[in-house]
Amino acid sequence: MELYVSEFSKYVITLLIALYTYECFAVFRFSDEDRRKGIYTRQNILMFALHFSCFIVICFETGEISYLFFYAFQQIILYAAIVLFRMLYPKSNRLLINNMCMLSSIGFVILTRLSPEKAIKQFIIVTGSLVVALIIPFFVHKFKFLKGLKWIYAGVGITALSVVLILGQTTYGSKLSYSIAGITFQPSEFVKILFVFYVASALYKSSDFFDVFTTAVIAATHVIVLVCSKDLGSALIFFVVYVLMVFVVSGKFIYLLAGGLGGSVAAYIAFKVFTHVQVRVQAWQDPWSVIDSTGYQITQSLFAISSGGLFGLGLFKGTPDSIPFVEADFVFSAIAEELGILFAVCLILICVSCFVMFMNISVRLNDKFYQLVSFGLGVTYIFQVFLTIGGGTKFIPLTGVTLPFISYGGSSVLTTLIMFSITEGLYMIREDEADALRQKKKKAKRKKKRKAVSEEIMDMDDEWADREESDEEIDVES
Amino acid sequence: MKKSMSNPKENRKTKNKTRRHIMTVTWLFTILFVGMIGYITYYSMTHQQELINNSYNGRQQILLAKNRRGTIYSADGDVLARTVENESGEEIREYPYGNLFSHVVGYAVNGRMGVEAQANYYLINSNAPLSEKASLDVNEAKYPGDDVYTTLNVNLQQVASKALGVYRGAIVVTEPSTGKILAMVSKPDFDPGTVEQSWDELREDSEKGVLLNRATQGLYPPGSTFKIITALEYIRENPKTYNNYSYNCTGAITRGEDRIQCYHGTVHGQVNFSRSFAKSCNTSFANMGLSLDRDQFEDTLNTLLFNSELPLSINYSQSRIDVNADTSDSDMMQASIGQGTTAMTPMHLNMITCAIANQGTLMKPYVVDHVENSAGNVIKSFNPVTYRKIMTEEEAAILKDLMADVVTEGTASKLNGLSYTAAGKTGSAEYGTVKGDSHAWFTGFAPVEEPEIAVTIIIEGAGAGGDYAVPIAKRIFDAYFEE
Repeated sequence: MELYVSEFSKYVITLLIALYTYECFAVFRFSDEDRRKGIYTRQNILMFALHFSCFIVICFETGEISYLFFYAFQQIILYAAIVLFRMLYPKSNRLLINNMCMLSSIGFVILTRLSPEKAIKQFIIVTGSLVVALIIPFFVHKFKFLKGLKWIYAGVGITALSVVLILGQTTYGSKLSYSIAGITFQPSEFVKILFVFYVASALYKSSDFFDVFTTAVIAATHVIVLVCSKDLGSALIFFVVYVLMVFVVSGKFIYLLAGGLGGSVAAYIAFKVFTHVQVRVQAWQDPWSVIDSTGYQITQSLFAISSGGLFGLGLFKGTPDSIPFVEADFVFSAIAEELGILFAVCLILICVSCFVMFMNISVRLNDKFYQLVSFGLGVTYIFQVFLTIGGGTKFIPLTGVTLPFISYGGSSVLTTLIMFSITEGLYMIREDEADALRQKKKKAKRKKKRKAVSEEIMDMDDEWADREESDEEIDVES
Repeated sequence: MKKSMSNPKENRKTKNKTRRHIMTVTWLFTILFVGMIGYITYYSMTHQQELINNSYNGRQQILLAKNRRGTIYSADGDVLARTVENESGEEIREYPYGNLFSHVVGYAVNGRMGVEAQANYYLINSNAPLSEKASLDVNEAKYPGDDVYTTLNVNLQQVASKALGVYRGAIVVTEPSTGKILAMVSKPDFDPGTVEQSWDELREDSEKGVLLNRATQGLYPPGSTFKIITALEYIRENPKTYNNYSYNCTGAITRGEDRIQCYHGTVHGQVNFSRSFAKSCNTSFANMGLSLDRDQFEDTLNTLLFNSELPLSINYSQSRIDVNADTSDSDMMQASIGQGTTAMTPMHLNMITCAIANQGTLMKPYVVDHVENSAGNVIKSFNPVTYRKIMTEEEAAILKDLMADVVTEGTASKLNGLSYTAAGKTGSAEYGTVKGDSHAWFTGFAPVEEPEIAVTIIIEGAGAGGDYAVPIAKRIFDAYFEE
């Protein structure tokens, strides 16, 4: 019986996530949320079915029915999150919320399999973070003064990072965290958000050379502090986010080129100066020659990824625990081994669909500040996904960052949830903008009838035309 | 607000630019991720077997705890290796034919060798039907691992092994049209069933090299069998006139201080191209070699897979040869008759022979034919794979004729006048410092018209190929055509 359940469930689970992933992209066929309703409902059904199937397998494999209680709690919290978001913010974007819950539930499943104790901790963290996440869209939506706080963002960010550098605990050679009242924080996670706000507030009005130069100095300060703390993954994220934000706001390819060039030079210097960078690069180029030392983690990860096949070995059937730190840095490899390559690919695609939605919101926002924030957060998110999955599969050198929502780690989960809920706030601002424009256009039409065409109205029409054009672009994207 | 009002067109333009650039970044990341997904899928699908065999991968122990290692069969279904339980309930690996398949089937303790290594992934995985697994679960028994069927022929292997007797050496028997390995013998051999007990002894013995599979890893001077290759190069460089070649053999040729002699100093007199080959005239081939373009010869040797990897999934050594623009006349004369620094594996020579028999096309040699689960369903089957055309059909046909003449009027006359026709080339490769010590070689195929099998034989230190290797080839051909 157990055997039939585990064999059959493999295909069911893969099918469910494949359908869910399809719906993630089907969303982009429509431009208004009303017409996407059916998709979202189907997604909710699929994600709950998937979550349930996985826990049934866990119960069969472990012989512990008590896991079903844990499952029930998770399901209630996730369902509550979906319902509450919809009640509090009728104008919110449901794809992001669905994906948020879907990814969290995959995280719960794989963490329960790897370490039930950590899964429970993660569950408490997610529950707490969801409460925070529920309030944030309101503030983002209402507080218009967020644009003017650029020095606060920079000041707080750099201070927080410096405190870790000076006082932080060293974990495996990197200074990442410090503890306050028994709770361990990893500030570089939160500072990512502040940093995006800083760059957006500093550049939204003007992006001439002087402004870019000033922000570059501040950005470099962030990166240097992180490099000194040996947190290379975060340093890289800050750098890439900065370069891309400057590129988008200035519209000049030269900044992209300069960033790429400067980054290469900096990477080369880092490679020459820091031995731990050399170790990482060597472990990436040829992990097999250092398999019993620095290449151990990555080779164990490759063993895991290659052993699952398309449909995976099934939960509890593999040995992902042989990878050190599997629940934080290599959770993707564990998923590939036990749930299969197809599942892992769908997981990546779900992350990509979140990113496309971030960009979609950004493109349609009229206010440049909010536009930049949405863009910056989206890039932060997707680049982190790229670093962790690419690193764990030997696509790129390993940098040791977490997979948002899925990896074990409080700071990571809270930060990503905040990022998503900020974007929800931005989405609502965008809906407001659209409503306002519709109103103005109506008025303008009435005025037109009276043949009193003012300059203002022409401008409004221009703005409206903007919007329609960008709508078309998005349609092309989908 | 006022500022943007004043110049609405300008404002709109920059906004559109920003939007376009956001789309650019979106596409950039999308492409990056598509690339990464492709890489991950490709990597995980193509490295499955290689990675499971890595000794740092704990998963094979887990599979072995769950599945009983599968059985290895010959082409006609005889058991070559199987796992059984002894009286005390321990699993032991049994090899019913003892020493017979020692190198080609190999062993699976203290590392792995042969088919046991090559097909390890299949042997330790189980694709048994679910119902069977479920009933085994109830009895808490292990699942049966998948069974591997080889291309090996027990009868030919027995004949070959017996014919080689107590000599050290190797025999490879293959099917030129498919690349199937029918038999592969390497001596001295060992009993794979007792490898664990005699491991230290086997490891320490460096003089005999028992664990070395001489068929694929033994590097020998090819001697006169190499004249096949010299002849091919001569034909390539003189496509119209090679038949006009003529040379007066006086038993030796001298170039400066270097002197090449015919075997046992035989004087062959006036010889043409075909007769030089059939009689294996060293002085004539040294003379021919001196006329060759060394750059072009190097190219030919490269296409024939010298100094390079072979399309072979068994452990092997690369053949070595030094011929390039800087090669001296002296070295060139040695190289043309397969002496000097040249070293070849019997398997490599067999592959070239197969290509000649198969109109110039080399098939990738293989020994694992297909994999079945415990219910007899085929899980994976390996079809013949064309590797490459390493010579033209015309060249292959000319070489075939030359090799047929070796049997009808040359050094392999012991194969003449039988119920089947055969073609081949003998060799007596001198080694070491004592003059006259030589390895006996033969490589050839039968029947000439539609070659069905190719045989390559080396007997270490036996003497002349025509005297020692050809009779073994005859016994193998006899056994094959009797069936």
